[in-house]
Amino acid sequence: MSKEGTVKKTGKTVTFLLYLCSLVSSSLTPFLHVQTCLGAKKPFTEVIKANIGDAHAMGQKPITFFRQVLALCSYPALLEDSKFPEDAKQRARRILEACGGHSIGAYSASQGIECIRQDVARYIEKRDGGIPSNPDNIYLSTGASDAIVTILKLLVCGEGRDRTGVMISIPQYPLYSAALADLGAVQINYYLDEDNCWSLNITELRRALSAAREHCNPRVLCIINPGNPTGQVQSRQCIEDVIRFAKEEHLFLMADEVYQDNVYAEGCQFHSFKKVLFEMGPEYSNTVEMASFHSTSKCYMGECGFRGGYMEVINLDPEVKAQLIKLVSVRLCPPVPGQALLDLVVNPPQPDEPSYATFMKERTAVLSALAEKARLTEQIFNTVPGITCNPVQGAMYTFPRITLPQKAIDKAKELGLVPDMFYCMRLLDEEGICLVPGSGFGQREGTYHFRMTILPPTEKLKVVLQKIREFQLHFTQEFS
Amino acid sequence: MWNMKQLEYGALARRANQIKDELRQGVRRPYKEVIDVFQGDLHRAGMKPLTFVRQVLAACVYPPLINSSNLPLDVRQRAQEELGRCVGGSGYYNQTSQIKLYCQFCNVQDIHSTEMPFRPLLNREASPRTGVLIPVPCHNKTVLSITQLGAVAVPYYLSEEQGWALQVEELQRALESAKGVCNPVALYVINPGNPAGYVQSQKSVLEVIRFAWEKRLFLLVDELYQDRVYGENCEFVSYKRAVSEMGPPFSGTVELASFHSVSKGFSGEYVCGLRAGYVELVNLDPAVMKYIHTLFSKDACSPVLGQIALDLMTDPPKPGDPSYLLYKQVGPENCTLVYVKKVHEVVNSLPGFSCPPIEGGLFAFPRLHLTPKAIQKAKELGLQPDTFYCTRLLEEGGVFTGPGWEYGQKEGTYHIRYNTSRALFKELLRRLSSFHMTFMKDFS
Repeated sequence: MSKEGTVKKTGKTVTFLLYLCSLVSSSLTPFLHVQTCLGAKKPFTEVIKANIGDAHAMGQKPITFFRQVLALCSYPALLEDSKFPEDAKQRARRILEACGGHSIGAYSASQGIECIRQDVARYIEKRDGGIPSNPDNIYLSTGASDAIVTILKLLVCGEGRDRTGVMISIPQYPLYSAALADLGAVQINYYLDEDNCWSLNITELRRALSAAREHCNPRVLCIINPGNPTGQVQSRQCIEDVIRFAKEEHLFLMADEVYQDNVYAEGCQFHSFKKVLFEMGPEYSNTVEMASFHSTSKCYMGECGFRGGYMEVINLDPEVKAQLIKLVSVRLCPPVPGQALLDLVVNPPQPDEPSYATFMKERTAVLSALAEKARLTEQIFNTVPGITCNPVQGAMYTFPRITLPQKAIDKAKELGLVPDMFYCMRLLDEEGICLVPGSGFGQREGTYHFRMTILPPTEKLKVVLQKIREFQLHFTQEFS
Repeated sequence: MWNMKQLEYGALARRANQIKDELRQGVRRPYKEVIDVFQGDLHRAGMKPLTFVRQVLAACVYPPLINSSNLPLDVRQRAQEELGRCVGGSGYYNQTSQIKLYCQFCNVQDIHSTEMPFRPLLNREASPRTGVLIPVPCHNKTVLSITQLGAVAVPYYLSEEQGWALQVEELQRALESAKGVCNPVALYVINPGNPAGYVQSQKSVLEVIRFAWEKRLFLLVDELYQDRVYGENCEFVSYKRAVSEMGPPFSGTVELASFHSVSKGFSGEYVCGLRAGYVELVNLDPAVMKYIHTLFSKDACSPVLGQIALDLMTDPPKPGDPSYLLYKQVGPENCTLVYVKKVHEVVNSLPGFSCPPIEGGLFAFPRLHLTPKAIQKAKELGLQPDTFYCTRLLEEGGVFTGPGWEYGQKEGTYHIRYNTSRALFKELLRRLSSFHMTFMKDFS
């Protein structure tokens, strides 16, 4: 049956495969695996994976306090162990109290443990200068991805010309394109302006929307801020303009804010969509429908494996919320350790608590290292002929543009590869550095990029930058 | 039969939570706490976790514990091994299926989402729509997953009179009924059953495999309760093993996906909250395998703690290990199921209840023979008759159970579902018996 095609490979499905192959470099993985197995001699002794935003895998240390509390929750007998600080024990007790049977092994409510949702609401209020947040509008999730896909499922409907269209930035994080392909939604691309630090222009949003109305029913506008892969941090003015646009055009706003603590550039500041929405007054705050997303995978925590996250929904119709509850209940509940971790992120040690000093030291160390690496990366890449790099204002990546000689482009075509995939494969083969080709994220026709994380430790990152510089020069020469 | 919008989903659960809150606030009711036997969550029902598993998880999460002399040596060693597999420690995204937990199996993927079993099979753009044969009664999430993906759930009825046996003639009828409605591509089987507590005989398993082979159906086998088998002369037979033992042509061609989870009694631990399990894929076309790998990649990875728990459960402490004695005492003890027989006997003896022997799984699904008066009352209130019963049982008896209609049942029959947790069974039986006698009298 499968030989006849259980799974029909439509054009969309193939594109979706390409994006995913790029994202997790699964197409590169077999290559890596085979080479390792064969003990092949290479001009490098290790592969440096600067492809996925996985901080711990690149040596970033977890926050001690978080791990202590999670250990206490996993094995509560440790509550008797004097080596654990009192504030950690207190948090663990509170979390366990809220769990069924006082165990993180029990299912939680589908929307997430109630006291944790309350803590998340308080965190949002504090972050947004006191603007109220209702715990009933908070849905805990398995990473932010789970919540993003859930909302998309809720919004995608219709057939033919009425099929839901979803606006997403190019370049974008391929979860969106994959989810849209999977749901059979129409992807509506709006291009970020590379010449202006990847900024978002309303004229471009209008162009994209107007063109899309010919063939679908645009209902959703997704924005990633700080951006992935591009690293830009949108200005407050820009966020206001986007909200205004969403209201005028009756679009549901999805604000992916998982990198909200990762802001490095001078003059840049994270402005939450919710805060700006409410500061624009009731005309907007009472009407614009929105969901904003956060996660425990990024920022200074980097706890990708725990799969913690949440979304806050604003101005959803109560009947829609009732369906949303049913939708999330199908997957029972988000992982409880992830929920517990999220609780600690929104409820970290306070100045008068024993763990505060260590916590702040660790947090500051992570964020300042990232800021330094962001600066270093931009600086070094911009000295390499053929590579231009916008400032890494935030998030965890750089998305430099590479100029490829025509001969290289032709060679790629010969091999049936997209040009920047060809570039990345060669870089892996010759220097042992694993990046993700820009084609996986989307880019303007005729331009090529790669995405590199700034996560390797500083000394290693310097080596990586140096090797890429050497490779770029050598590659350009080979194909000149 | 099922429409997601119409399901009065969670109404009873909300009411149960309300009552729990009221009791916490000191409101007087005829009981001091709600007995929650609605879900298959034994921790919530008071079961204690396995020390070994929790100790290893704690040490993985907080590695300084590996040097703690308060933890047994085997715990510390296992934690070290597990962390060794997680590059960068347990906060890491595992590249999908990178932790090769089951080296002897190929094609094993970790799953953590109910809809994952169906995703690769269901082509949203297909016309006619894809169909999946599912048992009645069935876990209600299954139906929601299928309909959510735009496919059609095609019911086949298990035979309650024959201990919920799966009859091939019924499979045939179901397949026929799908003509003109959808294109059935898969057959979903639950063994041991949920909610009905049957365990398929070897003969039945072989019949189903043969049917799937003849009709070119993809077999999806939910085997989550494989460690909970207690009926006399009952034995769990894995579909994978049966397919393989049938030899060619079946062994090389029957396409199969079998599922297991850490939530449901894997070696005696029930860590539902960790959200981990696995699917084993047999005889899939390599091109389809590649697609499946990509599909799994979209969801980053299964929660790492769950993956570690899964590994521990497939390789528990052995005789001679420091943790073995405690593990042996508590672990399998969680699966001592003599009391399940008691639950069955008592319920069966109540007038108005009948129940085939509970052979396996986590639940009882007895049939309620409601009087016309009770059914009429339910209608007046706009409730399904078994929902009406469960609502009254919750309000008056303080027992939270699931009404049969949510799982599917033959028209005109009514059931309730509750988990057979050891911790609560005595109190459950006492309250259920007392409530039931009063209810039957009120509506005689």
